[in-house]
Formats: sequence, C-alpha cells, structure tokens
Amino acid sequence: MTLDLLRFTTAGSVDDGKSTLIGRLLYDSKQVFEDQLEHVAAASERRGGEGTLDLALLTDGLRAEREQGITIDVAYRYFATAKRRFIIADCPGHRQYTRNMVTGASTADVAVVLIDARRGVLEQSKRHAFISALLGIPHMVVAVNKMDLVEHSRERFTELVDEFAEFAERLGDSAQHGARSLDVSYIPISALNGDNVVERSAQMDWYEGPVLLELLEQVDVAYDHPDEKPARFPVQWVIRPSGQWDSDYRGYAGQLASGALRRGEEVAVLPGGGRTRIAAIDTYDGELEEATAPMSLTLRLEDELDVSRGALICHPDEAPAVARAIEADLCWMAEELLRPGGRYVLKQTSHSAGAVVEAIDDLVDVHTLERVPAPHELGLNDIGRVRLRLSAPLMFDAYTSNRRTGSFILIDESTNATVGAGMIVAPAP
Amino acid sequence: MSVAARPQLSHLRALESEAIHVMREVAAEFERPVLLFSGGKDSIVLLRLAEKAFRPGPFPFPLMHVDTGHNFPEVIEFRDRRVAELGERLIVASVQESIDTGRVVEETGPRASRNRLQTVTLLDAIAAHGFDAAFGGARRDEERARAKERVFSFRDEFGQWDPKSQRPELWNLYNGRIRKGEHVRVFPLSNWTELDVWEYIDQEQLEVPSIYFSHEREVFSRDGMLYAWREGTELIDGEEVVTDTVRYRTVGDMSCTGGVRSRASTLEEVVVEIAATRITERGETRADDRVSEAAMEDRKKAGYF
Repeated sequence: MTLDLLRFTTAGSVDDGKSTLIGRLLYDSKQVFEDQLEHVAAASERRGGEGTLDLALLTDGLRAEREQGITIDVAYRYFATAKRRFIIADCPGHRQYTRNMVTGASTADVAVVLIDARRGVLEQSKRHAFISALLGIPHMVVAVNKMDLVEHSRERFTELVDEFAEFAERLGDSAQHGARSLDVSYIPISALNGDNVVERSAQMDWYEGPVLLELLEQVDVAYDHPDEKPARFPVQWVIRPSGQWDSDYRGYAGQLASGALRRGEEVAVLPGGGRTRIAAIDTYDGELEEATAPMSLTLRLEDELDVSRGALICHPDEAPAVARAIEADLCWMAEELLRPGGRYVLKQTSHSAGAVVEAIDDLVDVHTLERVPAPHELGLNDIGRVRLRLSAPLMFDAYTSNRRTGSFILIDESTNATVGAGMIVAPAP
Repeated sequence: MSVAARPQLSHLRALESEAIHVMREVAAEFERPVLLFSGGKDSIVLLRLAEKAFRPGPFPFPLMHVDTGHNFPEVIEFRDRRVAELGERLIVASVQESIDTGRVVEETGPRASRNRLQTVTLLDAIAAHGFDAAFGGARRDEERARAKERVFSFRDEFGQWDPKSQRPELWNLYNGRIRKGEHVRVFPLSNWTELDVWEYIDQEQLEVPSIYFSHEREVFSRDGMLYAWREGTELIDGEEVVTDTVRYRTVGDMSCTGGVRSRASTLEEVVVEIAATRITERGETRADDRVSEAAMEDRKKAGYF
C-alpha cells in the first residue's frame, strides 16, 4: 500500500473547539479505537454527567491537562484514510503559544486555522496564520467553527471570510513570503456536531466546497518540491569501518535535504570548495543511479577530500550562500530576554557554530503585522529580525527558498535549552 | 537545472529516511549511545534502520536488553540469534540481579509483575555504562502520554521525564546537549503507527519471534485478557487454564502481556488483522497500562522506557 504523508498543524485553545475538531476528525474517520472510546466515555461521564461524550478528551494526554481542562504541549496524532496518511501537530493556544505554534508549523504542509463564528477573527487566529506564513506553509484552511451557535448563517460566514481575507492579503509581505502566494480555503464547520468535518452538513446546504477531510486529502503535499531545488547534502556521519569490517570503505552519510544527485556528477564540498565526482550512491538496499530528497543515503567520492560532519555537498554551479554573518527572523522561546551581545550555539543542518547577537532590527506586532523598529530586546514568544555573527562560516539558503538549509535553532549553553528558532533571510552586510 | 516532477516517497520510505537521519544524528553527537533491544517488533525495526544507517560499518553503539527473567523463551532465543547474525555486542541488564543485590524488592501475590522493577535496572545500567543516549522503539500512537513526547526526550540525572518542560523540537534539528549524568532517550519511530511497523516488517521481510504468529498455548483469562500459563503462575479463584489459539501483539513480560485470539500465521495476515483492529495494542494486551488513567505517564516520569 503506497500512501503519501501529509502533516498539518492546528492551533487554538480549548474554547475554540480545537480538541473537539481533532477528536471529530479521528472519530468520524473511524480512527478511534474501542478502548480509547470507552476511556473517553467514562471520563466524559465523570466530568460532564451521564450520556455525554466529550471528544476533546481524546487528545488530552497528560494528567494535568485532564484535571485542568487545558492542553500543555504539542501533541502528535496519526490517522489514515484510503487516500493518505496524516500527522497532526496539535498545538495548544493559550500558554507558550508562539513556541508551540512555531514548533508545530516547522514540519507542516498545511495549517488549519480555527475561528470561533461567534467571536470573530481574534488575535490567536491571526497569530497562528502569521506564524504559518512565516514558517513557509503555503496552504491555510480557515475553519469557521461553532456555526451551530450562529444559526448556520451564511451571512456571518461571509463576513468572517472577508475579514480574514483582508488580513491574509497583508500576511504575505509581513511574513516575507511575498514571492509565494498564500492559498487560503474557508470552510464553515461545527466540530461539536460533525458538520463539514468528515460528513457534509445538512444544515449548511449553501456551502458547496469540500468538507475539511476532503480538502486535506486533496492538497498537494509536495508543495515546495524539495526534489526540484538545487541539491543540498549535509554530511551527518562518516562511515569508515576498521578492524574486521571492510576497512577500505569511506562513505559520507546524510539525508538529501533538497534536490537530486546522480552517480558520476561533479560536486563541490563546502566550506572548503574542493571538487570531485560522485563515485557511488550507496544505500543498504543497493547502489542508486540517482537519489532525490528527502532520501537518506551514503555517498562515495572519487577523490579523497577533507569531508567531515557539517560539510555540505552540492553542484558547483548551484552553491548556497556561505557567510559568517546572517540576518534572520527569530522566534524567541525563553523567559530570559534576547539582547544584543548575547551568545548562543547555533545549529543548522548538521552544522553547529557559536553565534553572537549583533543587533535586533525589528519586532513584529502580530496583531497589526507591523514591524516595530529597533526594540531593545526580544521576550518570550516575540518574533523579530536579528543579525547574528558566527564563529564559523555557515552554508545556507534563504528560508523562503529552502526550508531545510534556511532554518536553525539557538541553544543556550548555560542551560542547554533550545531558546530560539530562526529563519534565515540573507547574509548580513 | 530543471528536473521533471518525481513521485513522492511512499510514507514508509519517508518515515524510514527520517528515522535513519535521527539515528545518525545521535551517533554523531553523543559519546556513548546504546540501543535498547527487547526482541519485540519495534526494536526489530530499529535494528534494520541501524543497518541502513551504518552499514557497511559496525553500529557505533552496543545493544542492551533489560531482562526481567519473565520473558518469553522464544523471544530470548530470537534475541540471541539476531544479535549473533548482526555481529554486534549485546549487554543484558538483569532484573533478577537487581533483586538479588537488594536494589529492588520483588512483588508478591498472583498479580506480581516485574514491570516497575525494570526501570531501576535500566537506570542502573545506563549509569554503570555511562550511556548518554538510549534508543527506544516507543511510538507516539501507542499511548496518550507518549503522544506528547519528543524524538529526543531529555532525562535528568534521576532519569526523570518532565512533560511540562520539554525542549521545543523544530524542523529536523535536534538539541542533544546534556550535562554529565543526564541522558536522552531517542525514539526514531516516534511518527510510526503499529500498522506502519508491520507493513515495514513485511516490506523488509524481517524475522520476528514466533509468538507474534498464531499458535496454541496454555492460557488463563484474567480481567478480559488471555495470559500465558507457566510453571509457578498463581491463579486466582475461578481461573482456569485452557488451551487456546493466540498470538501476541506486543512483547513484554509473560506476567503482564496478554495474547489475542488470532489465526494470523503469516506477516501478510498480521498486516490485515492490524489494519482491521478496533482496539489499541496496549489496551488489548498490556496490564501495565491499566493500573490507572495515567499509568504510562507516571512510569515515564520515573524513568521507564
């Protein structure tokens, strides 16, 4: 059975009905097992009285979440239909929201943004949409939920669609994704009653578009076609057996981040810049003539060059940028403030380097989408443009053209915590 | 360069590539990793992924089994054969030894299990060998607390998991930085489901212990599950030993792992059965998860697999 894999993210608080929506997707697509259902039924009755079935309880994993009726952390859910395998990154909306949304969005192909039909387009939905655009998710599904509480009104739905569309138009520029148009779909739903989630609603016959699951089954997964971009092969590990193992072998193992490589092609090894040819593309299942992203493989090269972890192999005429200073959009995830002069470890592909904050150029107001110039610092959940100076040259592409080679994390060496998530804009002057 | 559009990798190939990437990151960034191998289906898949990640070289880590002494003999036999085939090193950490040296106290009574005790044996072995990363075969689809766990799951010096302060995990960038005495549990199969695991075993034609296939066994029914009867099992009033046709969906201790009635005797038949099942593997077969609503969460916080 060959299915492709779609990853999507949802964000919102318990009030938006996000957990109910996911519970509904799992339940109506028959992905809830009997023992899970018994469990939820028992827990629902304990909390809500006899005969209630609270689908939100399907997704609350930790004791504290069930006790307090909140969601603490990103949870991953899995389900499949006859057409596709799905991974949901389920992000709580109220606490650590930016951190959680950025985490969920970093691997997603589609963002499902929830709007409460009664309350309108609130800051949290805008924030989720902005982060989704910033993280390069081109497909957004705006699910206008709780339609049952506004009498399934077509007028109310249209009003909210207009309001959101106006916001979405401005998103492109602010999130630096002007080059790629944002594809937004709108669906009126009631997660509670299951209207237009998996089953078509009998209450809203005025809506003729696809229901949510249909839409998720149809979206083009390979939207950014990593295999069509220039080849990027960050070396993770050198296979060089010794002793009783085959000691003549020397192979460079990694996951092809983008593009395609063929046997016999000329390649450059960065940062040194040495050139050679691909002698073989090895996998456990045999040699390949050609490999495409995102395959994991092992390259053998014709010449002995200095190649170790952190090196990047590419085609000589399509090399990435190499620089010791970068400009990037940064989501700050720590209580401790980010200030100019701060020192961190930067991790990008298989490469790590020291990083110093040279300047903070601006701070994004997620509500108005305006960039406020020259803030003194970035606080928890802030997003801003920073300039970093690095201890070693970094090989990268702009995040908008390559998600794998344009992303990095910052680690605080004193706590070992992951404190920032960055998307490279360009080399800094 | 213009390249014609290519078909997407199948979901199994995509999951495989992601898992190989995770394993190589660990090999490169940690001093002393170890791979926890139980002889169960998930860790069998881990071994194949390790072959794909590191051959033609040796694995850059040993394998370790936490042996409760209550394992199915078929599984132990399989474990030793598979390790010999691979030519890799196996460390056996023994719960019996932890009992003998007084590190833990054996539970008594008909429901006695060594499930909880193995956490101590595991943590002791990790400390004794100085392991800083341990691969496990856990999947997020298995259980609610696991759905929240990272691929790189940080453990403090007491081996504890703190679900409320996990490191954010973005893109495919993993933060494996730790201090001495701390370690990371790494789950390359995080995004796999039970069905993926079986489809992969079928695709790769991997050998699995015979207890995963339908066989006749002396069993007794308790709390709606069919447990294997063996010499020394204490029965509770009214329980009867009968011969039934069963197979196992998970490999754990004989004392807490239930069999399911099944006629599936080939990999293809198992895949079909799993695709159609309406009960989760842990719900159907694991007494250890039935202790309370948060049984897995509590054990994980204490350092369990």
